[in-house]
Amino acid sequence: MARKVLLIEDEPHIAEAIRFILSRDGWTVASHATGHAALDAVRRERPDALVLDVILPGRGGIELLGDLKDDPALAAIPVLVLSANSRERGRAEAAGADRFIAKPFANDEIVAALREVAGP
Amino acid sequence: MPRTALTGTRVRERRLLLGLKQADLARTAGISPAYLNLIEHNRRRVGEPLLVTLAAALGLDPAALAEGAETALIGGLREAAAGASAAARAPEIERIEEFVGRFPGWAELLADRQARIAALERAVEALNERMAHDPHLSAALHEIVSAVTSVRSTAAILAETDAIEAVWRRRFHRNIYEDSIRLSEAAAALVAYLDSSQDGETGLSSPQEEVEAWLAATGYHLAALEGHEAPPAARLVARAEELASDAARTIATAHAGRYRDDALAMPLAVITRALAAEGPDPARIAAALDRPLAAVFRRLATLPAGQGQEIGLVTCDASGTLTFRKPARGFTLPRFGAACPLWPLYEALARPMVPLRAEVEMDGRVSHRFLTYSFSEPRHPGGFDGPPVIEAMMLILPAEGPRTGAERPIGVSCRICARGDCLARREPSILGTAEPG
Repeated sequence: MARKVLLIEDEPHIAEAIRFILSRDGWTVASHATGHAALDAVRRERPDALVLDVILPGRGGIELLGDLKDDPALAAIPVLVLSANSRERGRAEAAGADRFIAKPFANDEIVAALREVAGP
Repeated sequence: MPRTALTGTRVRERRLLLGLKQADLARTAGISPAYLNLIEHNRRRVGEPLLVTLAAALGLDPAALAEGAETALIGGLREAAAGASAAARAPEIERIEEFVGRFPGWAELLADRQARIAALERAVEALNERMAHDPHLSAALHEIVSAVTSVRSTAAILAETDAIEAVWRRRFHRNIYEDSIRLSEAAAALVAYLDSSQDGETGLSSPQEEVEAWLAATGYHLAALEGHEAPPAARLVARAEELASDAARTIATAHAGRYRDDALAMPLAVITRALAAEGPDPARIAAALDRPLAAVFRRLATLPAGQGQEIGLVTCDASGTLTFRKPARGFTLPRFGAACPLWPLYEALARPMVPLRAEVEMDGRVSHRFLTYSFSEPRHPGGFDGPPVIEAMMLILPAEGPRTGAERPIGVSCRICARGDCLARREPSILGTAEPG
């Protein structure tokens, strides 16, 4: 059974590309464009991993990450954080990110990182 | 007197001018001719008692022997030493004057390079700050990186995937096309934004330094703003070529506007007459003229040459940041960072509305004494419900009369202050050889 990843990215073209490359790697990808929608979706769908952009409309990625890690039922879900600002790395890691990838990224980087944080 | 002359050189020049032999002056001063010879060649430091004796023998004021145009040069070299890498061999601070005396050209070059490095560091800091906090720049860069991310990822999919469904291929081609347009528009907007703010905003001086350079060029006296026919402050500022950035022009306009108001309220003839009648005590002048104390401080510090050039003024806001700096001779002001916490200015800041008169002694090879008047007051531009905006100010005048022993020892800033026993020290001094006391 394919594992499920939740992609939270508000840039539709980036979301489309990531969706394609992760699907090609065997993941079932569900995507959302806002933090609020993503939190509900995580609680509902219990994905195997999250790919989370930092800058989102409304609730930001780092805040959302904090909420997830504060919730014992969701804290174990591995989270891969994406950001165009490499200075966000410290904040993301402090908030509990399992991996940080700076944009622009290589597609292989996303695939390898997700495999790594979500386990075999 | 040559620009690079030092104390020893000045002693020698004065002695030769008076036709004195080295042995005669040495005898008068109670030292050996050999020692005087070392002094005259800047190979030995002159302590204050000996300086006073030599000055008396040469018919000069001790300050005239000790203080010269090289003070700023030595200050620049001290700043260079302060910035030396911890891994580098420590500069010989105690021989700094000898260095200036023997190699004036190299000393000037080093001080000049230090000033350049400091200016470039400030520019980098300003640009870094701008990159981090400018919302327009941040948004423009984010737009560009997002478009680049999409193009890169999508192009890689197309390039690396042999068999891709037609529907996906068409979608990705369209995405790349749209992102390329988005990218070119974002890049054009970024270039336009940077071009529009290029003049001065990314320059090497801070806005405050631009304003200070402008005021220093006028001697801090804005003659055009004296009298009832004075032009609006903004017009005067618009003509000042030294003020390159918008921020500097904003600060200068506020300063000039207040100057104009002060000048109208206390015309030059009135303030100079009051100064002559009441002496320099600003509270007495304020009472005599029935004007605000702060305005009197500002007027006294901006009198024309010959009437107030010896009066310095520093002001700070509630954070302690110096917001105005008019130096007084011998009272060195820090170019960067915080000043000496023992300045009466900061005591006044902690005690609003309490006038504070204090004699101070500035750290240095030859100490300079000053009479300071300090005061701070809150303003309430937001009304009773708004936060108080506090400004503190300190007038700096040369001290007259004999030393009283009550002078407060102060410095410029911790890093270049040699007072070993200072209880208010924030950080070690690079001049760490001074004996306590």
